[in-house]
Amino acid sequence: MVAGTQKTDYSAVPTPDGAAIIAELKRADIREIVAVPDIVTSDGLLWPVSRDPAFRLTRLCKEDEGVSICAAMSYNGTRAMLMMQQTGLMDSLNAIRAIGVDYQRPVVMLVGLLGKEPHLRPEHSGAYGVRIIQPVLEAMELSHSLIEEPGDEHHIAGAVDAAYAASRPHIFLVGRPPKAPSR
Amino acid sequence: MSIARDKALLALRDHVLDDDIVVAVYQTNFDWLALNPRDLNYVAVGAMGQASSHGLGLALANPERRVFVFDGDGSLLMNLGTLVTIAGTKVTNLHHYVFSNHMYEVNGAQPLPGGGNVDFATLARAAGYPSSHRFDEFVTFSDALPQLMATQGPQFIELDIVPGAPYPRDYDYIHSAAARHRFEDALNRSR
Repeated sequence: MVAGTQKTDYSAVPTPDGAAIIAELKRADIREIVAVPDIVTSDGLLWPVSRDPAFRLTRLCKEDEGVSICAAMSYNGTRAMLMMQQTGLMDSLNAIRAIGVDYQRPVVMLVGLLGKEPHLRPEHSGAYGVRIIQPVLEAMELSHSLIEEPGDEHHIAGAVDAAYAASRPHIFLVGRPPKAPSR
Repeated sequence: MSIARDKALLALRDHVLDDDIVVAVYQTNFDWLALNPRDLNYVAVGAMGQASSHGLGLALANPERRVFVFDGDGSLLMNLGTLVTIAGTKVTNLHHYVFSNHMYEVNGAQPLPGGGNVDFATLARAAGYPSSHRFDEFVTFSDALPQLMATQGPQFIELDIVPGAPYPRDYDYIHSAAARHRFEDALNRSR
């Protein structure tokens, strides 16, 4: 007998809707997606976006490239979304600090919380790398919000508008894999 | 042989048009600002290594303009994946120059890892840039400039350089809101 091999079934936990998230991105006039793949959002968002002719997808080697790309695009009002997982967010904190905060640029990020248990809020996660994300963002005075439950999608366009109006970053934290849109 | 940095910049100045965007870093940026102060100089790079990524964002969002990145070799080493990202986008309006001085000049002139022997032009070609050149002699570079300027991007040019005349390091300006607003206003001014 091998101990510890039983996996928890999270299939009953409701998830946000990928099609609704994509609709919100369009409603926010986002047509540029800049991304490093993330397993939380891969099936429900990044693959569908990659097939949607409404978007131009720029695939990155590293996440901090995307902070600069999105900031530079913003100078003529071009709106963009930087997608990654929270490990990449942590790796990009200096770029976010310098370019997003010090330079006051509207860098908007959609970040999958890799390793978060779907039924737990991030602050209750057993994963250290997940549990510290919100406190780190708060320490950096970065605006952030959760996309966790069905219905959470509907605040996206408003939050993007607010980030661009105030010329400051905003970070969406995706805590459960969004349901993939039907093809 | 190496090229004096300010001599190279003066040669480039003759070919950079009013509508072009220039993203330069560190001492090359300070030299360029002294030699060619202009509204479409983008100085808000913020984090070391990020110049070419800013340049890519500007090139993608402003396809009607040429974007010149005057990068450093130490800076590019911090963001080598950018070569693959840029090549992958196939942006035709991005011209990526690297001024190789083989040191972290503004950080105490410390040597680069690897002894400064990296062949960036070959790296760029291997990463997928369709056009890649290296120059260590001024006349050859100067003679090639008209053809380089007529070539579509993404294009990579490495210049083996030494410091020229000393130009002031105005960090307050490059990090200022005034510099960002000056660029933003010029970018959005009707042409």
